[in-house]
Amino acid sequence: MTALSSRDWGNLALCTLALIAAACLPWTAGAYSLTIGVTIAMYTVLATSWALFSGPTHYISLATAAFFGVGAYVTGIGIQHLPYWALLPIAGVMGALMAALVGLATLRLSGVYFVIFTLGLAEFVRQIITWGQNVSGTKGIYVLTSITEVHIYWQLLGLAAVVLLLGWLIGRSRLGFALRIIGDDEAVAKHSGIDTARAKILLFMVPGAMASITGAILAPRYVYIEPSLAFTPMLSFQVVIMALLGGTGRLWGPLVGVIPFTFLWEAISASFPNQTTLLLGLCFLVIVYLLPKGFVGLIDAARKRMNNAEGFA
Amino acid sequence: MSALLSLRGVSKRFGGLTAVNRMDFDVTEHEVLGLIGPNGSGKSTTLNLISGAFPATAGTISLRGQPITHLPAQDIARRGIARTFQLVRLLPSMTVLENVKAGAVFGHRRHWGHEAEAIANTMLEKVGLAGRSQMMVGQLTYIDTKRVELARVLAGEPRIVLLDEWLAGLNPTELEEGIRLIRSLRDEGRTIILVEHVMDAIRSLCDRCVVMAAGAKIAEGTPTDVLSDPAVIRAYLGDDDA
Repeated sequence: MTALSSRDWGNLALCTLALIAAACLPWTAGAYSLTIGVTIAMYTVLATSWALFSGPTHYISLATAAFFGVGAYVTGIGIQHLPYWALLPIAGVMGALMAALVGLATLRLSGVYFVIFTLGLAEFVRQIITWGQNVSGTKGIYVLTSITEVHIYWQLLGLAAVVLLLGWLIGRSRLGFALRIIGDDEAVAKHSGIDTARAKILLFMVPGAMASITGAILAPRYVYIEPSLAFTPMLSFQVVIMALLGGTGRLWGPLVGVIPFTFLWEAISASFPNQTTLLLGLCFLVIVYLLPKGFVGLIDAARKRMNNAEGFA
Repeated sequence: MSALLSLRGVSKRFGGLTAVNRMDFDVTEHEVLGLIGPNGSGKSTTLNLISGAFPATAGTISLRGQPITHLPAQDIARRGIARTFQLVRLLPSMTVLENVKAGAVFGHRRHWGHEAEAIANTMLEKVGLAGRSQMMVGQLTYIDTKRVELARVLAGEPRIVLLDEWLAGLNPTELEEGIRLIRSLRDEGRTIILVEHVMDAIRSLCDRCVVMAAGAKIAEGTPTDVLSDPAVIRAYLGDDDA
């Protein structure tokens, strides 16, 4: 690992300051803002970890809801038997293991099969749990804890920091370099000596674990969880849209998508509560057609234009 | 001298088509072997079988006596067989230096950080690209893209270098430079298998040639010998000229 440059230290300090500022939100804003804060923190974790894998490999994963739901159920079932703090690592390990299994089964296939498989996975786990409930005769699960919105917010914020740090470390590592090569040309990667399947599986475990921990953290907020809520496919699609809106080329890209999209989504759900899915689809089309590289692409293009202009001046 | 790489009865069938038919040959250390033959004779397929791009249908390929026939491409690369591609394959989102670093980081001998960068720079100098390390690969001329690919291959310090028509498509001046570059590799004592159509290059570079036609080996020997072999002339030019 190479030494940190002064620019790295600067960025690190900036991120720490931003994190501290974000952590002060509960004291500076009202209950509604905190709710928005939780949503933003949650999607920051989900979209950033999603982009860590899907950005370089170009595999679109729709498995977020599967991992998220499993995490939520880890808390839902485990809270009666184990202390809360033990549940988050368990959820993380389960999410990572599930991702590893999915990766082993599908990542050798080409992208399209992977997309369908991940979409089906969330549905599959949901059906299994529904079936389990039918057999046992229970309906949903009550998650009754003393955990408040503020605690959830801080946990998610901490998790977001972990994801960003992890992403930064991976970017500097051999694994990160291997993934950039795989994203550019998989044949070159293989013939250069990279175990492409292993690299992809390792990296896919990151969003798996993170989405699962996010589900585990958020379960107390729902109070009552049932399969259709915990495994909603809407979640997977929203994560993809936000990450693409921000841009997957940079670590901070998804964050730039999450914040405006959360406000947009608030506005849509408040004004058109019955047409949300329709409008979600429209947003997706607009982003893919108008902003194929997201806000990151726009910013990079603008920066390039400015540099060129200076060069000619 | 014992063989570094040997092929025994290696065949590749695509459905009903036999692209490579029971090939046998050896490559010894420090040798430059030319794999030649008319278009469609199975040269590139043979190279693809050696590098693990796809598996052989039958036969054994061994590196220093150890079979590598059924290993995936990445394991073969790690064991020290590195290749260039018939159509140049570079990493478009990266700089020239990063392209070459890919070889140094993941090749036969693996390095990281400044060490990998130093190796990449040395290789760029060797192929004549010193000073262009920060360019994007899209800005390069055709021969320079070929040089980057060669530097990437060399950066992994492979035991055997496979060159798939590395000299194809170059203009006369570039061709001269290209031949000089490969000769410098030969002078360093590298083991090379080159698939090539350029006869001048074959004559001046190869210690030995294996000639293929319709998937099978039809001749083997020094370039002068095989190029005057009636069977080879027939394969290239037809019966009338043999």
